[in-house]
Amino acid sequence: MAAAAAARRLSAASLPLRHHHLLLRPFASSASGQPPIAVETSVPFTGHKIEPPSRLVDTTPSELLSFFRDMSMMRRMEIAADSLYKSKLIRGFCHLYDGQEAVAIGLEAAITKKDAIITAYRDHCIFLARGGSLVESYAELMGRRSGCSKGKGGSMHFYKKDSGFFGGHGIVGAQVPLGCGLAFAQKYTKEGTVSFALYGDGAANQGQLFEALNISALWDLPVILVCENNHYGMGTAEWRAAKSPAYYKRGDYVPGLKVDGMDVLAVKQACKFAKEYALQNGPIILEMDTYRYHGHSMSDPGSTYRTRDEITGVRQERDPIERIRKLILSNEVATASELKDIEKEVRKEVDDAIAQAKESPMPDPSELFTNVYAKGLGAEVFGADRKEVKAVLP
Amino acid sequence: MAAALQTAALLSASSNLIDPQRFRVGLSARSLIGRRGSIFVVRSDGRTSGFFNAKSRSGNLITNAVATKADASTSSTASKPGHELLLFEALREGLEEEMDRDPHVCVMGEDVGHYGGSYKVTKGLATKYGDLRVLDTPIAENSFTGMGIGAAMTGLRPVVEGMNMGFLLLAFNQISNNCGMLHYTSGGQFKIPIVIRGPGGVGRQLGAEHSQRLESYFQSIPGLQMVACSTAYNAKGLMKAAIRSENPVVLFEHVLLYNLKERIPDEEYVLCLEEAEMVRPGEHITILTYSRMRYHVMQAVKTLVNKGYDPEVIDIRSLKPFDLYTIGNSVKKTHRVLIVEECMRTGGIGSSLRAAIIDNFWDYLDAPIMCLSSQDVPTPYAGTLEEWTVVQPAQIVAAVEQLCQ
Repeated sequence: MAAAAAARRLSAASLPLRHHHLLLRPFASSASGQPPIAVETSVPFTGHKIEPPSRLVDTTPSELLSFFRDMSMMRRMEIAADSLYKSKLIRGFCHLYDGQEAVAIGLEAAITKKDAIITAYRDHCIFLARGGSLVESYAELMGRRSGCSKGKGGSMHFYKKDSGFFGGHGIVGAQVPLGCGLAFAQKYTKEGTVSFALYGDGAANQGQLFEALNISALWDLPVILVCENNHYGMGTAEWRAAKSPAYYKRGDYVPGLKVDGMDVLAVKQACKFAKEYALQNGPIILEMDTYRYHGHSMSDPGSTYRTRDEITGVRQERDPIERIRKLILSNEVATASELKDIEKEVRKEVDDAIAQAKESPMPDPSELFTNVYAKGLGAEVFGADRKEVKAVLP
Repeated sequence: MAAALQTAALLSASSNLIDPQRFRVGLSARSLIGRRGSIFVVRSDGRTSGFFNAKSRSGNLITNAVATKADASTSSTASKPGHELLLFEALREGLEEEMDRDPHVCVMGEDVGHYGGSYKVTKGLATKYGDLRVLDTPIAENSFTGMGIGAAMTGLRPVVEGMNMGFLLLAFNQISNNCGMLHYTSGGQFKIPIVIRGPGGVGRQLGAEHSQRLESYFQSIPGLQMVACSTAYNAKGLMKAAIRSENPVVLFEHVLLYNLKERIPDEEYVLCLEEAEMVRPGEHITILTYSRMRYHVMQAVKTLVNKGYDPEVIDIRSLKPFDLYTIGNSVKKTHRVLIVEECMRTGGIGSSLRAAIIDNFWDYLDAPIMCLSSQDVPTPYAGTLEEWTVVQPAQIVAAVEQLCQ
């Protein structure tokens, strides 16, 4: 009974990604009582100054299916964004997250919408995981007014305030002090929630990270620093950029945990563990060992600094979606053709969203001046002669 | 006149579009009640309150921007004469009142807590409010400014102190990219009600790195508001207004002005962030200034008055946006403008102000706008050299004489 309730809660938690469509129909093999499935993570966790959590993770069939569906959605979304970029509907910078979906999904499965997440520019999938819709994402990418930031932010500035997603930042590493500030506010208002500040292996060498970590440790802030280590800072491999690529140890006096970022269950376990830890003891660092298939951004082919064999190797052996597919099939949660159907559905959803976003108009020119200042300014604008010319600043 | 007609034409032509011209014309918050009344309160959050405001004691609100003694122009209901204090104490009073009023206000900075603040602005606040509201940070401007901005995104109202404004250069990325722009790039989702304050300006032989004037660097950051206080009266009012504002505000104080003594009202008052202050009305020439240069100008004015000139002195106070209403009225009256600032000549506040005046009030000018600013050099240590870097009263007198020929 408890398991079924837990399963319902879990499937409800991943609802936002599917809110335009029907819930998955229950499969005959996993009827009302959903027995928990215990899965061992691919590799054990490695701890730095902390006892790592157990390798055994509990999950349920519906959770596995939701993982599969959500990750396929993200994968599809990023690939579709790739072709949109190539057809010049998305301009500027576009940083794709495919390969790293497990981090976004595992993180989301471990926390609530009251917890805060902040990340850098590889934010499309985290926005989706936090409850953003496909239409909003594509509209924002194409600069349309129905985008999540009204078309004024772009790929690197997705935000969703009501579900605790704080963006979306272009400058490498600058989001980490912001994330510690979020945790400070959570502690100040005694909310009992935590903040996850995500950054990459490139940003791990930024000084402001250590400054913020020092302050967070001093003030016992409930912040979790998550290094999404995809081993390349744009074109520079981690061994060429960091004297010590053990990013989970970089905290020194702050404990750390190294996690296989391509295993969504390991990510979920680690994030749950980290949340409990941070609420009691202050900051902790998580290093997610993950990989991105695309280059750093759309202007980077991604093959000049790494071999194609490496990329295909990771795709074959560590792909997060394939891992879940194998788990689902081996536990007989669904059949291969059912999974194919899910993928087809997802593909259609993404295509529909793109079509809808394409129809959305560009922002009105007056939007150029809105949101520069918060509405509270209420400034009345006058010309030299205040009778003739008057406007109110938005 | 032509400027007004042109803008009027533009207005009628594009009623839906907000024309960029209109935005350059002037950004000034106005009380709906109008400026003729001597008493009005414009809250910096845009709410204008009438003569009666539930939040303050009725009838005794004083917010006129004239720098003459407050009791000279209040209502006839005899108010108490006020109390005398130094400028840093006025800042502290303003900060304390706001912290009492709103539990979301907190202070972050180096040595603001137990030490009491390097200029004593936050003295005593840590014992009163505790370590969570008055936070001693390590020397990490970039990150604690970033943390302040992150906290502001959730609704807290941090006041971030840079021990010296120059140190905030380390936080420039956070201030320009996150603080100024987050409201815009998030499509209005996040407000950043942060106040960033600290002393800047040329002091007494503090050396080049500790004599920075950052107003010129910050002025083009969109989304930021900048104010500079110069008297104890406007220091307290602007501090309160800045904390209550929903926008990020940078409050520039000056190292040499902290010990100015003045009598300020006992009643609560909040000044308008976007308004300039009429220091001395006059007829012959408009002198625009801010912060410490106001005192150099007033010193020069003594000499000028003896020589028979009648300069109008305006302390612009609001560095971004400019109060072009007050300035414009003054220009229309005197037709000559002298800008006296402490910024460097290149890319300083004066150059933007000059451009704004030329754009909007060209037809009213009888003489070119003169701008006296600091030399484009790192501030030297030697006393005599430092004196020559900054504008001195004698130069102001000479400039006025030249303009008024």
